[in-house]
Amino acid sequence: MPIAHELEQTTEQATDQPAEEPAIAVEHVSFRYDQVSLDRPWTVEDVSFCIGFGEILGIVGPNGSGKSSLLKLMAGLLRPASGAVYVEGRAVSILTPIEVARILAVVPQEQPSLFPFSVAETVSMGRFPHRKMGWWNVGMGAETEADLVAIHQALVETDMVALADRLVSDLSGGERQRVLIARALAQEPRILLLDEPTAFLDLSHQIDMCSLVRRLAGERHLTVVLVTHDLNVASLLCDRVVMMREGTVRAIGTPAEIIRHDILHDVYGCDVMIDRHPQTGKPRVTLPIQAPQDEHRIRAGT
Amino acid sequence: MSGMPEGQAASVSSVTVQSQKARTSGFPREVTEFDWIAAGAVVTVRRRRLVLAGMVVAATTVIIVCTAFGSAHLGGGEVLRAWWRLVTIGRLDEAGGPVGVILFQVRLPRVLMGFLVGCTLAAVGATLQALLRNPLADPYVLGISSGAALGITLATLLAGSSLLVQAPVAPVWGFAGGLIALVVIYQMAQSHGRLPVHGLLLAGVVLNAVLTAFMMFITSIMDPVRSAGLIAWLMGSVTVREWGGLLGIAAYVAIGTAWLWSHAPVLNLLTQGEETARSLGIDVEQAKKRLYVVTALLVGAVVSVSGMIGFVGMVVPHMVRMALGADHRLLLPAAALVGGMFLVISDTVARTILAPSEIPVGVVTALVGGPIFLYFLLTQKSRMV
Repeated sequence: MPIAHELEQTTEQATDQPAEEPAIAVEHVSFRYDQVSLDRPWTVEDVSFCIGFGEILGIVGPNGSGKSSLLKLMAGLLRPASGAVYVEGRAVSILTPIEVARILAVVPQEQPSLFPFSVAETVSMGRFPHRKMGWWNVGMGAETEADLVAIHQALVETDMVALADRLVSDLSGGERQRVLIARALAQEPRILLLDEPTAFLDLSHQIDMCSLVRRLAGERHLTVVLVTHDLNVASLLCDRVVMMREGTVRAIGTPAEIIRHDILHDVYGCDVMIDRHPQTGKPRVTLPIQAPQDEHRIRAGT
Repeated sequence: MSGMPEGQAASVSSVTVQSQKARTSGFPREVTEFDWIAAGAVVTVRRRRLVLAGMVVAATTVIIVCTAFGSAHLGGGEVLRAWWRLVTIGRLDEAGGPVGVILFQVRLPRVLMGFLVGCTLAAVGATLQALLRNPLADPYVLGISSGAALGITLATLLAGSSLLVQAPVAPVWGFAGGLIALVVIYQMAQSHGRLPVHGLLLAGVVLNAVLTAFMMFITSIMDPVRSAGLIAWLMGSVTVREWGGLLGIAAYVAIGTAWLWSHAPVLNLLTQGEETARSLGIDVEQAKKRLYVVTALLVGAVVSVSGMIGFVGMVVPHMVRMALGADHRLLLPAAALVGGMFLVISDTVARTILAPSEIPVGVVTALVGGPIFLYFLLTQKSRMV
């Protein structure tokens, strides 16, 4: 049974900010990869929701639920088969890649670096949408003063100044993730999309990453959308959470509304324990010790 | 660490932030005083100019010195005097004497042709490496040169005239063959999302074998006189008959290489993956198509004049990248200049080592480049798969 908190949420928002249009509006978006045959279910099916300015929205769900595809659809990296994504009121599909990149930055999952770029060089790539193109780059093609200041600012905010001249391939996973965030900040975007920012990080780096995202959202007035499989990260970090399953949105709401026993059971098909985070009072998910096989079957039957 | 407390990394708008900080802390007054710029974390315009100016001087020296070597023995003093006459009088035919004829009518065109071919192969290699995200990509290893050579071989077979007669047309056939080979290689590279480095090279080996088999078939059915010329051309040489042909190919190559250089920021982003490049504002499909066409044009032109010269396009950009970093705004012109010097020196070795007879320059570059290629392949295995 799909649980629709979406309706009350949108009406609530409408009363809060009647004049302002959302930072991102996803309207009836369906998508399927080209190589997937037509009789298979959609990767993303008829998804609609809005994200307000300055909001931190988490997209969570099981593996293969379409969360990363949804993020790429929002960034214009994939084209929806039907429906549309609007960024600051304009359809992503009619904007050029440069126009999108000036509004919206994507932090992809960290990937191995084959070419010896330094940290500062990688961050300076974020200035691309603000650069001049073409023949101007022969012989010249230098960063302008504004570029250098933006790069420096991004390095400072992600605490990477000391590592600026190191090669990205020599850094640890957590540091590489911060380089990608710095590159996104150098774009000077108004919206930041993060794909699994804490996926391969150990505990202390997860904490750093969460506080970094929170701080950036506050200081730069960024709208943040992040995909994560970690419900606790979503609970602590996000203002609202979108719960996806099999390409559809099962629930939207604040962490307290979404991270509930019945919803998680419906989406993930397993029982989890939920209590309160001792500091924030937000919901906290704990995996129970694996129940013996027969007990599990009995509980599933009831 | 920068001289500024990290906690002050507060607000958004850049220039105002800078002026605030200039007052409150030890923030540099000029942006060029950022510690990480001083530490060489990015390639500044100044550094790029210095490096390239140094390389231009080195390349000029190499060209002059290499004209002094050859089957006819000329003294160093004679060569320098002839060059001095050329510079002061300013016209080639005035720099008279038998020394002048040997230097400027026989050797210099060939040395310059070698330089152009080397420049182009290295620039194309650097471009392919970024485009395929494979630091070991090379037009020769991937079979693109073979494609171009097959195109030209076919043209020779069908047109029935000698290679030199159709000089203006040959690059077009080379372009067509090279482009087809490039598209095939690229489709292979894309077939499973992204082919690992070794997989792509393997695909290139197979493509190379198939195309070479076709060429061997064509040469086997030709009459022996023509096929001998074809085989000599295929082995790779930079012989040039007259200045006119050299100038034509020079214009071709200079425009193509400069165009690639103008796309250096695009190449930088493409090394980071297509999705990242797209999210940073590049129309990836369009950029790739243009880069492929220009790459194939250049390979076609180079193969039509010099046959199959291998490994310059892989070894040179790879080594320059290790020395100067991966930023294509510096890497591409620097690799082109180093590639030119490398081929000029290789060709000088090919001309002189068994003088008065010559060995094909492709043999020299393969003997030097092949082992280096193997070394890269074996040592960097763990990092690149």
